[in-house]
Amino acid sequence: MPVWLSEQEYATLLAACQQMMPSGFGGPGADEAGVADYIDTFLGAFTFDPPRIWAGGPSSGRHGGEARFGDFVPLSRLDELAWRMRIEGSQGRPEREFNGPVVGLQQRYREGLAALGADFAEADGKEQRRRLRDDDAFRELLWEHCCEGMYGAPEYGGNRNGIGWSYIDVEGDVQPRGYTDAEVSQP
Amino acid sequence: MSGEADAIIIGSGPGGATVAEVLTRAGWSVVIMEKGRNHLLDHDDMTKPSGDYSNDEIKFTSRYFLGPDPLTEPRAFRLNADEGEHTHVGEVNSIPTTVGGGGTHADGKVPRFREEDFRTHSLLGPQPDAHVEDWPLDYEELEPYYAEVERAIGVAGRAGANPFAAWRSGPYPMPPGAPMYGATLSSTAAEKIGLHPYEAPTAANSIAYDGRPACNNCGFCAFFGCPIHAKGDPVALLTKAMATGRARLMAETYVSRILTNGRRATGVEYIDAAGAMHTMDANLVVVAGGAIETPRLLLLSGLEHPSLGRHLMVHFQTIVVGHFPALSLHPQKGRSVTHVHDDAMAQDDAARAAAKDAGVPWIRGGLVEHSGGGHTIMSARHTPWGRAHAQAMIAGDLRDHMWAFIMQGEDLPYATNAVDLSPSIRDARGYPVARVTYEPGRHELAASKHHGKILQHVLEEMGAEYVIHTSSPGVSYHGIGATPIPESRHVIGTARMGDNPDTAVCDRWGRVHEWDNVIVADSSVFVTATGYGPTLTLVALASRAAHHLADSKPMGPVPGGAVTGENAPSGAASAASAN
Repeated sequence: MPVWLSEQEYATLLAACQQMMPSGFGGPGADEAGVADYIDTFLGAFTFDPPRIWAGGPSSGRHGGEARFGDFVPLSRLDELAWRMRIEGSQGRPEREFNGPVVGLQQRYREGLAALGADFAEADGKEQRRRLRDDDAFRELLWEHCCEGMYGAPEYGGNRNGIGWSYIDVEGDVQPRGYTDAEVSQP
Repeated sequence: MSGEADAIIIGSGPGGATVAEVLTRAGWSVVIMEKGRNHLLDHDDMTKPSGDYSNDEIKFTSRYFLGPDPLTEPRAFRLNADEGEHTHVGEVNSIPTTVGGGGTHADGKVPRFREEDFRTHSLLGPQPDAHVEDWPLDYEELEPYYAEVERAIGVAGRAGANPFAAWRSGPYPMPPGAPMYGATLSSTAAEKIGLHPYEAPTAANSIAYDGRPACNNCGFCAFFGCPIHAKGDPVALLTKAMATGRARLMAETYVSRILTNGRRATGVEYIDAAGAMHTMDANLVVVAGGAIETPRLLLLSGLEHPSLGRHLMVHFQTIVVGHFPALSLHPQKGRSVTHVHDDAMAQDDAARAAAKDAGVPWIRGGLVEHSGGGHTIMSARHTPWGRAHAQAMIAGDLRDHMWAFIMQGEDLPYATNAVDLSPSIRDARGYPVARVTYEPGRHELAASKHHGKILQHVLEEMGAEYVIHTSSPGVSYHGIGATPIPESRHVIGTARMGDNPDTAVCDRWGRVHEWDNVIVADSSVFVTATGYGPTLTLVALASRAAHHLADSKPMGPVPGGAVTGENAPSGAASAASAN
């Protein structure tokens, strides 16, 4: 059940992310890692309290310490203004248009997914890739968020169970364990 | 509102924090007004650090956790006045806007300047189109303050390791931390061609120090806040100031104007977290917003001076990257940079010949940092999408098989490189934002070309399969798409100090010539950039200015190189006493 996107949009997003990071070529695909969930959660960040903008700290619990990443940091009044502008857009509100209108990520995704076509999820892979190549701006936006969704902290909704890290043999966050001097200095 | 303290300090970064610590130690009361959020100090007890920082690439590198947010607090940029009002609005030289300022995201390299760095005009002579001048003080005068601040924030280093370094009155407080594997290789290669790499003086604990733990090499250092607060600048200073009971820190407090009456500042006008405007009286105002926000505030407050905002310097960064397919360099383990070398700042026959070829009197490079590849998300962005992605990530070229030199090339003080107020772009509170006009000159390009070739040679000596040479800002001859917007977080020189009030904004103590009771305590006051990061020098200058105000003396270096605290490694005490 998507957080913010419609079911149709989510299905398109799933298929698009899977083309950006397909499974079966050495790593988990976007589906397996929950990349689309990362993006959908980000677009719907303000449906949560605190908003899902900044995960907590100092540790995740994955390498000792308390599991605090899930305690998202509350936003200040100014932070909220910035992130609503970025995600929702300026929406004609004067307090958000001090430097002119802002197109939000929600609108960019809505329009980008619509441009891929209502039948995108059912199209074959070659056709899906052709449509993605045709829209540089949307594809670059999608790529940026796919990378975050595959390799960011799982608390943001993607990188399910750390699969994005484990397949490339990185540990992600490591506090409070850190690395020993020998691990730093030796080959 | 009536004045509630002896001084108002605007900005809680390294400069403001230093002034706060020295003044409160001397018995003064201060109010620190910081426009950013507080993620550094515990919200219930500001004498302790907080737990908001983490090894989180999304938070720190994608979502502006340390600020400024480019939507609500943008800057404008253009190369030069010929480009019109601006060519870019958004992030420009974004030093954090948060409690702790630029100290929070730095990897803590804190070299001192050398004696000759205060005498560039006398020793090397002028440069066309640039206002190269001597500083109104010398190294000998600043040295006691260097020693004090190294002790106050905790610096790890080895005296005598750098043959180019100036003399020191005492040892480093701590020995160097563990060398990164890649740096041991690049240092060996550099030595083979006659360079002199050494352990970078670093404001990150190598042992437990001053109640904070040793760094545990987590790798999330440069551009990240330290989750365990092993980095001491400026959390060590801020917590000490707060512990006196004579400091009040007001975060999310935006000073919109310094109020003045003739030659005196009477206080400040500020906007609180809820958006309400207030005033506070003050007998002394200290401005420590950094070399972009400080001139911006001074301009918004009505200060007029021909040098205000001018001579912006950012360090022209030469970036030379080698690819090592057979080596796993694991740069994610360590403190981002553990080794540096100063050779690019020396004058030798080759540098003189390169200067002559470029048609400039002399060239100076800068500190060269030995460093590794990027974090995971950043690496992923530069790999292809689709079927090739997973194998590219497994191969890990950008993450594990790259080693680089970054040279912080000395910028010259050109009057045309400047900070002023944008005619049209506003921040979320309605105030004109800073506009940065910056273009590298012949000196910067010549120094980058000359020293870049030497660095390329070192990486080839290290065994690089291929080497890429680029810069920040990017310039066309590199052939790689690069932004003209400088990404350096070293911003310098926009309210230069000097004895002549016609040409200098501030006097030799950082006091604004036009106003009797306003002090600038950040790198705006620098006369020249040198090739060293500005942090330790701006902190030493801030310490000197504050001691001058309080008529107090610096506390001096760590005596005898004593190693303090728990977890001192065996042999560290004798090694430290040999410093």
